[in-house]
Amino acid sequence: MKYLPLIWANLMRRKARTLFTVLSVFIAFMLYAVLGAVNQAFTGGVQLAGADRLVVMNRIGLINSMPINYADRIAKVPGVADVTWQEWVGAYFQDPRQPITGFGVDASSFLEVHQDMHLPPEQSQAWLVDKAGVIIGPVLAKRYGWKVGDHIPLRSNIWRDKQGNSTWDVNIDGIYGGGQEDLLLMHYKYLDDTRAFRNNQVGMFLLKIADPEHAGTIAEQVDGMFANSDAETKTSTEKAFLQSFAAMLGNIGKIVVGIVSAVLFSMLLVTGNTMAQSIRERVSEMAVLKALGFSRRGVALMVLAESLLVTVIGGVLGFAFGAMFAGAIGSKLPFLQGFHTPASSAALAVLLMASLGLLAGLLPATQAMRLQVAAALRRA
Amino acid sequence: MSSPRPVQKPETSSTLVEVRGVTKEYRRGSETVHVLQELSLNIPNGDFLALMGPSGSGKTTLLNLLGGIDRPTAGSIVVEGTDIAQYGESELARWRAHNVGFVFQLYHLLPVLSAERNVELPLLLTGLSASERKRRVQAAMQLTNIADRARHKPSELSGGQEQRVGIARAIVADPLLLLCDEPTGDLDRKSGDEILDLLQALNREQGKTIVMVTHDPHAAARARRILYMNKGRLATEAEK
Repeated sequence: MKYLPLIWANLMRRKARTLFTVLSVFIAFMLYAVLGAVNQAFTGGVQLAGADRLVVMNRIGLINSMPINYADRIAKVPGVADVTWQEWVGAYFQDPRQPITGFGVDASSFLEVHQDMHLPPEQSQAWLVDKAGVIIGPVLAKRYGWKVGDHIPLRSNIWRDKQGNSTWDVNIDGIYGGGQEDLLLMHYKYLDDTRAFRNNQVGMFLLKIADPEHAGTIAEQVDGMFANSDAETKTSTEKAFLQSFAAMLGNIGKIVVGIVSAVLFSMLLVTGNTMAQSIRERVSEMAVLKALGFSRRGVALMVLAESLLVTVIGGVLGFAFGAMFAGAIGSKLPFLQGFHTPASSAALAVLLMASLGLLAGLLPATQAMRLQVAAALRRA
Repeated sequence: MSSPRPVQKPETSSTLVEVRGVTKEYRRGSETVHVLQELSLNIPNGDFLALMGPSGSGKTTLLNLLGGIDRPTAGSIVVEGTDIAQYGESELARWRAHNVGFVFQLYHLLPVLSAERNVELPLLLTGLSASERKRRVQAAMQLTNIADRARHKPSELSGGQEQRVGIARAIVADPLLLLCDEPTGDLDRKSGDEILDLLQALNREQGKTIVMVTHDPHAAARARRILYMNKGRLATEAEK
């Protein structure tokens, strides 16, 4: 700590130059935090996918449906423990700009398959017997201030009832924990009984399998069973399904890593150049410090500390600002589900700041370390 | 300064530095430059020695060798019984921190630090507490009569004041040896005289052993002894 005033004074020697360098690092890490949120928004669901669940969808694509009676046949495939199904609701609340990730599900089998989602027993009981009941995730409850017992008009941009209305009045019977936390789950039967078209059809089956090791064999058997039918299937693990869903939007992860790498590499050059220039300007001062008794290592460490201070100050502020910015966007734009900077990004950011600071300071620190005192003072 | 080493007697006594057969050579392309040639010299405790001679005679090189910021090609430099030419880089840095104070012609103060922070620099290498460092800095600045400029940056000081800060920095860690390279070379006569008064007082009253390189006979006259150098050898000695 006693060297801090000296290190700080050296940084403040050229305030504008230091400020611009800190600002560059700030922007780089702000971008890192925001892109981390983008990546999270597109791939976050993949992390929540269960290894023991298989997804069965129409081979043509997600929009196409399958008959609900496939469920009985799939349930008979050896190794399948439970089967449930779901249908995309295309739900929103009040305004299409407030979309909700909603599914029509078979409540009892859904809860069996999704053991990672927890619902208090009394709420579970209430939902099972309430035809117009829904359960919601805590993210939705928080976003709209909904609580158990509330009645809400849920609108769909896909389905109409037989009278041509697109609004379903539903009751919030429970708020689940665990799993994907921003879902609304209504009874498939309620949706299917009232909708005007595509009855007895579902968008997806979810299978719980006894042994994840046999996922490949089971998937082949299921798809083989419906080969050459009107609705052929494609079965994959839930994780693979979500990954391929994210990939339809482009390989966001790779794009993010590419952009962040390019920006950080530029930062390495900018910070390294600033530090090298700063050290070149004070060769005689370094020589004097060594003459006074500062060791080679001590002088090198001071240069590295300067470099680290620049990247850590700029990086921490930039990352914090970026994370707050992403959080603000995520709360204002609900259709960007899960748009927030993940906590794991913070740890990596600290590592990147430290690496950037050390790498940028490495060359000037080595130069300062190797400086010949007598020769440097002679030149001064 | 407080708790300095015991004040030396003003008169010179036991040998502090013994330079034995020191040679210093540099390579310049394919040519070897002989800067010092088998030079031997004793510097007693409490001495005030002026080194004079034409440019290129090896004065500053000898000063650098005495201060451990350069190494001899051959020979030994024994300070208080230890040959510092045998020290490794980090040992030498440690030795410098505890035993040598440098005063430079161009002061070489760090422009980003205040006068007191400049003076404090050598004390950062000690284990002293912040309050003890502050106390010693104040003592050194009072001794060099620059305490009233403690908070000023070097750019806000005159040349004479900067050199006073430089001297305070050199003595703050209470070193054995004060090495001054043309300490008045960049000052007007009046300021130069004040600096020489200060060095003389440090030698006579504090018992500091001082080696001063100078071109100025007026400055050299303040020393106890003057050694003349020519072409890397000692030419003559004038004792007062």
